[in-house]
Amino acid sequence: MKKILGVLLSVLMLLALVGCTSSDGGNDAGNTTEATGTVYYLNFKPEADAQWQELAEIYTEETGVPVKVLTAASGQYETTLKSEMAKSEAPTLFQVNGPVGLASWKDYCYDLTGSKIAGELTSNDYALMDGDKMAGIGYVTETYGIIVNTKLLGEAGYTLEDITDFDSLKAVAEDITARSGELGFSAFTSAGMDGSSDWRFKTHLANLPIYYEYTDEGINDTDAIKGTYLDNYRAIWDLYINNSTTDPSQLSVKTADDAAADFVLGKAVFYQNGTWEYNNIADVGEENISMIPIYIGAEGEENQGLCTGTENYWCVNSKASEEDIQATLDFMYWCVTNETAVKGICGGEGALPSGEAGMGFNIPFKSNPESSNPLVNINADYEAAGKKSVTWNFTTMPSEEWKNGVGSALTVYAADQTDANWDAVVSAFVDGWASEKAATK
Amino acid sequence: MSKNIKKYWPLFVLPTFLAFIIGFILPFLIGIYLSFCEFTTVTDATFVGLTNYVKAFQDTIFQHSFWYTAAFALVSLIIINVVAFLFALALTQKLKGTNIFRTIFFMPNLIGGIVLGYIWQLIFSGILSQYSMAINLDSRLGFIGLVILVCWQQIGYMMIIYIAGLQSIPEDMMEAADIDGASSLQKLFKITIPMMMPSITICTFLSITNGFKLFDQNLALTAGEPGKMSEMMALNIFNTFYGRAGYEGVGQAKAVIFFVIVVGIGLIQLYFTNRKEVEQ
Repeated sequence: MKKILGVLLSVLMLLALVGCTSSDGGNDAGNTTEATGTVYYLNFKPEADAQWQELAEIYTEETGVPVKVLTAASGQYETTLKSEMAKSEAPTLFQVNGPVGLASWKDYCYDLTGSKIAGELTSNDYALMDGDKMAGIGYVTETYGIIVNTKLLGEAGYTLEDITDFDSLKAVAEDITARSGELGFSAFTSAGMDGSSDWRFKTHLANLPIYYEYTDEGINDTDAIKGTYLDNYRAIWDLYINNSTTDPSQLSVKTADDAAADFVLGKAVFYQNGTWEYNNIADVGEENISMIPIYIGAEGEENQGLCTGTENYWCVNSKASEEDIQATLDFMYWCVTNETAVKGICGGEGALPSGEAGMGFNIPFKSNPESSNPLVNINADYEAAGKKSVTWNFTTMPSEEWKNGVGSALTVYAADQTDANWDAVVSAFVDGWASEKAATK
Repeated sequence: MSKNIKKYWPLFVLPTFLAFIIGFILPFLIGIYLSFCEFTTVTDATFVGLTNYVKAFQDTIFQHSFWYTAAFALVSLIIINVVAFLFALALTQKLKGTNIFRTIFFMPNLIGGIVLGYIWQLIFSGILSQYSMAINLDSRLGFIGLVILVCWQQIGYMMIIYIAGLQSIPEDMMEAADIDGASSLQKLFKITIPMMMPSITICTFLSITNGFKLFDQNLALTAGEPGKMSEMMALNIFNTFYGRAGYEGVGQAKAVIFFVIVVGIGLIQLYFTNRKEVEQ
């Protein structure tokens, strides 16, 4: 019996050995195709994972160049990138979210100046510069604001024209809250502060006071934020949490899915989110969806547009082999010029050859078609009407630590809305900014 | 046979030894080296000396997390071991269905920490929402929640170890005690507990180190909210590592400090409980 067991175990070990070597052999065979470089893309956007996988396959079929796409789980990009970059087969194409993200990865960014893809950009504003070096290229511009269910808004007796600034938004929201029992819905979806949803407020909503302060001062980054517009931040946050589907004390456990469900099921009129969310809320019906600017009661906000920008910059790993860098540059160029690829990236329903929906992105490249994403087109309408888009200044927020500090202070304040608790938000915002900027210098 | 073992033992030890080096010794040494470095990826580091340790010791949140963790480890140590011991005593009596009860009590241990954390978060939310509270809003609630969760998870496991210990106590000692007229309390304190010291050593060691190393349950249940006040050491290290650009080394330095603390406490605890063990 023992002998048989011994034999079995040895066979098992041998099999394992053979298994290892044969899979190595398989890789070698794969590499002997005509193409020399390979592409490894570490994708930031979980909602576009399936589409990237398909585009990668199409590209490999067309050119023979192997493309591997790995998507980091939501909120896990830095973690995944750090561990992947330490491997011998590191990503050749990765993303940073802007100047702050660039600070930790600039040694890994290949200079894209003069590359073919850089020539396709519609404006150099979308290039992320590190001194004279073009470290990254924004490949998608996105827009966020307050998404509105116009059908419900109509049932409450209002139209979009009624909302032109913070005061009118507040009046509408509070009227809906007062009549929510009879109407059967609330003004806002739950402002969930769970990790899946808190970025909407600690990052995206916090962008507005930062934007107005930067505009006043004429700067685009600072080591010490003053918090001039934090009272406005409080006003809009109060409006969100006290006119929503959820009791403010329960926000800490509400998720992004909860908020999306509130909106899709018609339980709320307003939902702060962005163009990327369209596929999740399309069930409401295209004709019922619109988007308005996030008014916070700042001077001149009648002219304020939606918040448009990018936090998705493509960077090429400068430590990859030369063949891989070339292959990656070719792949990027293909993505923004090839008809199928552009259709897959920008298109909506059925835009991919497999019949799957495209990514619905608006890309800052010459090939950008008219979008199939209604929310993107709403932004175009705002810009055409001469409204001034709010830039994405949250890319200058000092660190994740800072965002988390603001986020937890907001959560505590929501549950118990005292001045003392708001002071903690202000402190996390202003003092936290200074100390985090100093710490990450 | 034994001659062969003497001759060939290096051959048999080699695979495990290699695995031990690759999976434990090397990462450990690299980790210690990295704690003196500034780095973005672990393969590309520059030596900076002790600055990481200075920053780690200056971090007041890290100090808070130490005391919070220590309090948690102590409370969970006592509750887990006392309750597990009582369950073990109860389930070694001649009762019907003891095996079923043992299985049921052991089962929570088979569920992963993250899943448990989210499940208990739902349960606590359901209760606390009645009082307009939530577990993430008060670090004391977070503490109680974590203790409940970890006790629920680990009592069954420790109970199994105690049951094994109880069953190994020779029947004749108990009989002799009965004949000498010992009361059941005397039997418990003079025979059972001294004879159980090896199990107690293991269980207290496991529960105190588990308490210090707790990560998934902490992450899933409270994620350190509110404002890092319920953040335990392991989670604090993780957040330091990923929270800011350029703080990877500080996180690593904290991890080394953490290692020294856990090993120190583990050894002290072993020293004290080992002294009480008796020869059977």
